[in-house]
Amino acid sequence: MKALYSFLAVIVLILIATLGVNVANMSSVFGIIVPYLAFVVFVGGFVYRVIKWGKSPVPFRIPTTCGQQKSLPWIKQSKIENPTSALGVIVRMALEILFFRSLFRNTKTELKEGPYGPQLAYGSAKWLWFGSLVFHWSFLIIVIRHLRLFIEPVPFFVQMLDGLDGMLQIGLPPIYLTDLFFVVAVTFLFLRRILIPRVKYISLPADYFPLFMIFSIAVSGILMRYFYKVDIIAIKEFAIGLAQFHPVIPQGIGVIFYVHIFLVSVLFAYFPLSKLMHMGGIFLSPTRNMISNNRMVRHINPWNPVLEVHTYEHYEDEFREKMKKVGLPVEKE
Amino acid sequence: MAPKVKLPKPGELSIIDYSLPATDWMDTPVEFKPNTFCWGAKGKDLETLGLPNARDWNPSEEDWKLPENWEQTVLDGIAERLSKYRSFKIFMDICVRCGACADKCHFYISTGDPKNMPVLRAELLRSVYKRYFTKSGKLFGRLAGGRELTVDVLKEWWSYFFQCTECRRCSVYCPYGIDQAEITIIGRELLNLLGLNINWISGPAAACYKKGNHLGIEPHALTGIIDSMCDDIEDITGIRVNPTFNRKGAEILFVTPSGDFMGEPGIYTCMGYLMLFHELGLDYTWSTYASEGGNFGFFTSNDTAKRLNYKIYAEAKRLGVKYIIGGECGHMWRVLNQYMDTWNGPADFLEVPKSPITGTVFENAKSTKMIHISEFVADLIKHNKLKLDPSRNDHLKVTFHDSCNPSRGMGMFDEPRHIIKAVCNNFYEMPENTIREQTFCCGSGSGLNASENMEQRMRGGFPRANAVRYVQQKHGVNMLANICAVDRAALPALMNYWNPGVEVAGVTELLANALVMKGEKERTLDIRLNDLPGKGGNE
Ligand code: SF4
Ligand code: SF4
Repeated sequence: MKALYSFLAVIVLILIATLGVNVANMSSVFGIIVPYLAFVVFVGGFVYRVIKWGKSPVPFRIPTTCGQQKSLPWIKQSKIENPTSALGVIVRMALEILFFRSLFRNTKTELKEGPYGPQLAYGSAKWLWFGSLVFHWSFLIIVIRHLRLFIEPVPFFVQMLDGLDGMLQIGLPPIYLTDLFFVVAVTFLFLRRILIPRVKYISLPADYFPLFMIFSIAVSGILMRYFYKVDIIAIKEFAIGLAQFHPVIPQGIGVIFYVHIFLVSVLFAYFPLSKLMHMGGIFLSPTRNMISNNRMVRHINPWNPVLEVHTYEHYEDEFREKMKKVGLPVEKE
Repeated sequence: MAPKVKLPKPGELSIIDYSLPATDWMDTPVEFKPNTFCWGAKGKDLETLGLPNARDWNPSEEDWKLPENWEQTVLDGIAERLSKYRSFKIFMDICVRCGACADKCHFYISTGDPKNMPVLRAELLRSVYKRYFTKSGKLFGRLAGGRELTVDVLKEWWSYFFQCTECRRCSVYCPYGIDQAEITIIGRELLNLLGLNINWISGPAAACYKKGNHLGIEPHALTGIIDSMCDDIEDITGIRVNPTFNRKGAEILFVTPSGDFMGEPGIYTCMGYLMLFHELGLDYTWSTYASEGGNFGFFTSNDTAKRLNYKIYAEAKRLGVKYIIGGECGHMWRVLNQYMDTWNGPADFLEVPKSPITGTVFENAKSTKMIHISEFVADLIKHNKLKLDPSRNDHLKVTFHDSCNPSRGMGMFDEPRHIIKAVCNNFYEMPENTIREQTFCCGSGSGLNASENMEQRMRGGFPRANAVRYVQQKHGVNMLANICAVDRAALPALMNYWNPGVEVAGVTELLANALVMKGEKERTLDIRLNDLPGKGGNE
């Protein structure tokens, strides 16, 4: 049901773009105004959200320690999973961000009938990790590849990535590996959401919507490149125009192109409003990005409140006689 | 008091139904089943602590006696905490509901209740956050995952935030480190704005505030308790130990959870401290005022925790000690490690801890000036400063339970293992996915070790017990060692229920058993005053 809502929402978006361009003839709205607006909302929204997070202080140093602490010199500290130096944190964060370290730990808990009765078993479960990794890396490479449309001359690293990605040299234009990986990975992420009952149960429309969007964006892109074989030169002219702020609407490009950019625009604009902000949040998560040196360096809480306490004097006043009876030293006789 | 409900048999409890309700979680009402929740806080305790809406109340009754305009209080409370804690804001915003954390929580694993998945536990609060604090939620309501704050939602929070032991296991697996413990802590703070604590937490917290410790032991009683421990030590070793209390000018202040003062097997660990410090000739003192290392305020609100924690540094200052050693406890060390210095520091009147026996300087505690007994002892053993006879523990086959807090809020793994291996000849690790940073909670942490929720506790501890059972069957393990006072209180019941025959001991108790003291008589009794099986045992 929740998936259906999201699916319908994406269909409606596709229809809007199609009708808008074909029937209402608003190609400049969909080709120019919407992308610019989306870009502004994306950048503005993203920055706004990060600043909003940043405005709240981090009152306590609360890293989740996933390895041996630094204590005695002969005990081997886990310098990355329980880092006491900035470098350790940087490596920890890099492993998290680039390789999804924590997701790699994933296990699958199963209750089985063991030799001694019911037994819990924790099997390895790397598919989520692998699927997400493929998804995110393909996504990133695809985004970088797209730079070749916006920049002239095409920077070297983009050319290189492009070449690597298309190295199979199958078909014309050559098939990008990441296109394949990407579609498979999105499909996987979607399927696990609806096929694993537990995951389906926790999923919200806001979880399906980005998946459908991303899937549709990928499919429209693939259709353009491999099937409709749209005029790449015209698209490049258009993209460079956008990037250099004198956009021109290209002639003779099918509606599929407008669907593609409209969906991309909506996704961009939706980004700061949604869980997709995990892209920024992962950098700021206090359980991961803090140095675990709590007992070595005092952490300051900017709002550390002054509170009423029960002092020793209060305590002694209440118990003085009892204390004296058993010979406990007292401050006031 | 509700009538006592019978605890189901282990055979029944280990049949776990993982099927999901037919209705969406937002439409599935919360149920209060006897034996699975704690009594409500008492008015007098809330009053002692100066907490709002102090009154007696009963969670199983319809009317929770909420204050006027409670909705606004909660929403204001959320707004305030969003502005104070970046963690809260971020954790509310970025969960992608990937489900990686879902089957990592011992309460989900053992109840099959989907709202015990960390992600849904968070969603209970996140849905309200979305509805009132985000644009998408204000506009699209339920479609964006938002929902209204109602009495039923509040009761659901209460139920599930007091079914989370703040163990942080979920946080280890989350790709963004989202820590449900952090969300639960804030959730409980919100509930406390309405006086919705549980009795098992606010009772001890109030006692601690006024009397110095959770058990409410008054100063003269504490010296009596320790004195009778010294009698037992004399029976065992022939040596009279003479600890001091509230002594000014001692080098070291020793603070331990009050759980070590009463009840078995906690007291044996305490006897272990007494024996060890005597043997070392340590210049240390106990305090009756700061007679609690644990902190049930931590399960109430940040402010309450800070107020209870205040005594430790205050007393260290008053007595003029150089540094502090802390006993074996779980949440106590989370607090001492990650909060104390921030709350009540800087401890600039103390010195960086330096072992008077080995000369080791504990640079890792150079700011807080407080070290863990296991760090202190591991250093002694490494330097061969203790005479040990591990064969006295030969009748024991030991495994070690990593307590949640020293594991995931500190990272203390190898120090206690080093001690156990030096004082016991038979040590076996539980399976890899159930120890160290992946350890499973005892099921009774964060103030949930009451008796009225026994079924819930036995469930919550099932993954831990199941791993113990594995080594019990495979290696004949009969002793579950740990460094946590709540474990020592909670695990015996858990073992009794799931794995009869497995006993529970603090690491320092095992140490004391093996410790050869100068001038001691031939030992025939162990620390529990049981006959010590002859060397080599009778196995
Ligand atoms: S693992 Fe983290 S992101 Fe995934 S569902 Fe759990 S809390 Fe959310
Ligand atoms: S902190 Fe522990 S008890 Fe709480 S949700 Fe996470 S795994 Fe469960």
